Amino acid sequence: MKLDVRLPIGMMFTLLGAILVVFGLVSDRAIYARSLGIDVNLWWGLVLLAFGLVMLTFALRSRRAQGDNGATR
Amino acid sequence: MHIQLGAIDYTILIIYFAFVLGIGWALRRFIKSGDDFFLSGRAIPAWVAGLAFMSANLGAQEVIGMGASGAKYGMMTSHFYWLGAIPAMVFVGIFMMPFYYGSRARSVPEYLKLRFDEKTRGFNAMTFAVMTVFSSGISMYALAKLLELVLGWDFNASILVSAAIVLVYIFLGGLTSAIYNEVLQFFLIVLGFLPLTLLGLKDVGGWAGLTAKLHVVATQAGFAPGAWSESWRHVGNAHANPMGVEWFGLVMGLGFVLSFGYWCTDFLVVQRAMAANSMVAARRTPLLAAIPKMLFPFLVIVPGMIAIALHVTRGGFLPLGADGTPNYNLAVPVMLGHYLPTGLLGLGLTALMASFMSGMAGNVTAFNTVWTYDIYQSYIRPGQSDKHYLRMGQAATVFGILFSVAAAYVTTRFNNIMDMLQLVFAFVNAPLFATFLLGMFWRRATGHGAFFGLLIGTGVAALHNGLVLPLGAVPGIKGGFLGAVIHTYPSEMAQNFWTAIFAWTACFVATIVISLLTQRKKSDDELKGLVYALTPRLKDRESPWYKQPATLGVIVLGLTVVLNVIFW
Repeated sequence: MKLDVRLPIGMMFTLLGAILVVFGLVSDRAIYARSLGIDVNLWWGLVLLAFGLVMLTFALRSRRAQGDNGATR
Repeated sequence: MHIQLGAIDYTILIIYFAFVLGIGWALRRFIKSGDDFFLSGRAIPAWVAGLAFMSANLGAQEVIGMGASGAKYGMMTSHFYWLGAIPAMVFVGIFMMPFYYGSRARSVPEYLKLRFDEKTRGFNAMTFAVMTVFSSGISMYALAKLLELVLGWDFNASILVSAAIVLVYIFLGGLTSAIYNEVLQFFLIVLGFLPLTLLGLKDVGGWAGLTAKLHVVATQAGFAPGAWSESWRHVGNAHANPMGVEWFGLVMGLGFVLSFGYWCTDFLVVQRAMAANSMVAARRTPLLAAIPKMLFPFLVIVPGMIAIALHVTRGGFLPLGADGTPNYNLAVPVMLGHYLPTGLLGLGLTALMASFMSGMAGNVTAFNTVWTYDIYQSYIRPGQSDKHYLRMGQAATVFGILFSVAAAYVTTRFNNIMDMLQLVFAFVNAPLFATFLLGMFWRRATGHGAFFGLLIGTGVAALHNGLVLPLGAVPGIKGGFLGAVIHTYPSEMAQNFWTAIFAWTACFVATIVISLLTQRKKSDDELKGLVYALTPRLKDRESPWYKQPATLGVIVLGLTVVLNVIFW
C-alpha cells in the first residue's frame, strides 16, 4: 500500500492552522489595520485547521478500512 | 521598500519545506523500477492525477502573470481559462487520452514514434527537452528577481535553495513525489491566495464596487466603461478592448491553436494523466482538473483587477516602471504586502513558493522522462536493464536541474533571452497540435508528412513574425526582423495569436499535402490503438452514466458556458 496523499496534506494544514489560530489569539490587534481590522490569522487559521482535520479524517478512515480488509483476507 | 517578514512567516515557510522533503523521503522506498520513477507505476487515482495535472501548469509565472494580465487587460484575461484551457482539457480527456493511455506510450514523443516515425519523435524530444530546461530556468529567474525586489532576499540563495529542494524530492520519489507535492501545493495555493481576493473585494465594496472602479480605469484609458470588467462585449473590434484583439483572432488563436496546442500535446501536463491507474481514470484526469481550473480566474485574475482599480482610483498603488506605466508584474506581490498581516503573509508567500516549485517539478519530471526514454534509450545506449535507466533518470533529474539553474543565470546576463525563448516556444508549439490532430484522426497521415509539416509550420511562424510588428515596437525581437513590415497589429497579444493561427494552418495543410504525396509506411494493424478510426470504441458501460467521462465533459463545458455568459 502506498502513502495516502491526504495524510501529509492533513497533517500540514492542521499544524499551520493551529499555529495561525494561536498567533491570531496572542498577536497585537494593531497589525490587523492592513486586513481591514479583521483578525484574519485567527479566522483563516480556523479554516486551515478545519480543512486539515477533514483531510486527516478521510486518510485515517481509509487506512482503517484497508486494515480491516487485510485482516479478513 | 521591502515587505517585512516576522518569525511566524519564516516558521510557516520552513514547515512547508519540511513537508515537501518529507513526502519525497516517505516515497523513496516505493521506487523500485523505471516505471515507478517515470510513470508512478501507473497507480495514481484520478482525483490526485487531476489536481497534479492542473498544478504542474500552475507555475509562479502563471500566478504572477495572470495577476499582471488581470491588471493590464481586466476580465478579458479570463479567456485564457474559459475559452482556452477548459475546452482543451475536455477535448484531451474525451478524445485524445484513449490514444495516449491506450497506446501504452511512456511519453508524448514516444507516441509520435509509434504513430509516425523516428525522426518526428527525435525532433519533438529534442525541442521539448531544451524547452523544458529553459522554461524552468526562466521561471526560476523570474521568482528570484521578484523575491529580491519585494523581500530583499538574495538572488543566488533563492535560486539555490528552491532548486535544491525540488532536486531532493524528485530524486527520492520520482514522479509520484512530484505529483503528491503538486496536490499539496495546489491546496496551499488556493488557501494562500484566497484571503487576498476576499479581503480585496471587501475593501473595494464587493463585485459591484470593483466594477464601478474599473469603469474609471477603462474610461481613463479611452475605452468603453465596461472594457475592464466584461469579457466578450468589446471584442467586435480590436481597438475597442485593452487586449487589442478581435473575436476571430481570440477564438482561433487563443481558444483553438494555443490552448489546444498546450493542453493536448505538452508532455508536462499529459504525463500526469499517463500516470493514472486506469483508462477511465486517465480520461477523467483532465476533466476533474478542469473543475478547479474554471474557478481560478477568481483566485489569480481578480487580485490583479483589484490592484489596478486601487491604483487608478486611490493613486500610487502599483510602482511605476521606467517608461511611466505601472509595473503590472508586481500586482500580486504588492497586494500580498498590502492586505496580509504577518502570519497570513507567510502563508501567501509560501503559496507563491509552492506555485514556483510545482511548475519547476513539472518541467523536471517531464525532462528526465523524455531524456531517458526518448533520447538516451533511443539514440545513446539502447538495450540496457531497467535498473540502468532508473539510475539514468535520477542522474537526469540532477543535471536537468543544474541546466535549469544555468539557464536562470543565462537569463540574467541577456535581457532579451526571455522574450526570444518565448517566441521560440510559440513557433514550436503552435504547429504541433495540427500534427496530433491529423495523426490521431486521419490514418493516411505519414511520417514524412508529419515531420516536414512541423518544420514548415515552425518556419511559417518565424516568417510571419519576421514581417509584422505590434503597434509601437521597433523591428527586432518583437518582430519585423526580416526587413519589411507588411502589417502592424494593435498589440503583442494579437500578433502572438495570429502567429499561432498561421503556423497551425501551414502545418495542417503541409502535412496533408506531403502525406498524400508520400507512401504510407504503417499498416492499419500497426496503427491500431493509435488512430481513431482503427481503435475499437471504448466501452464505458461498466461505470454508471453519471461517472462516464463524456457526462463529466458535458457538465464541465456547460458550467464554462454559464461563466462566460455571466461575465459577458
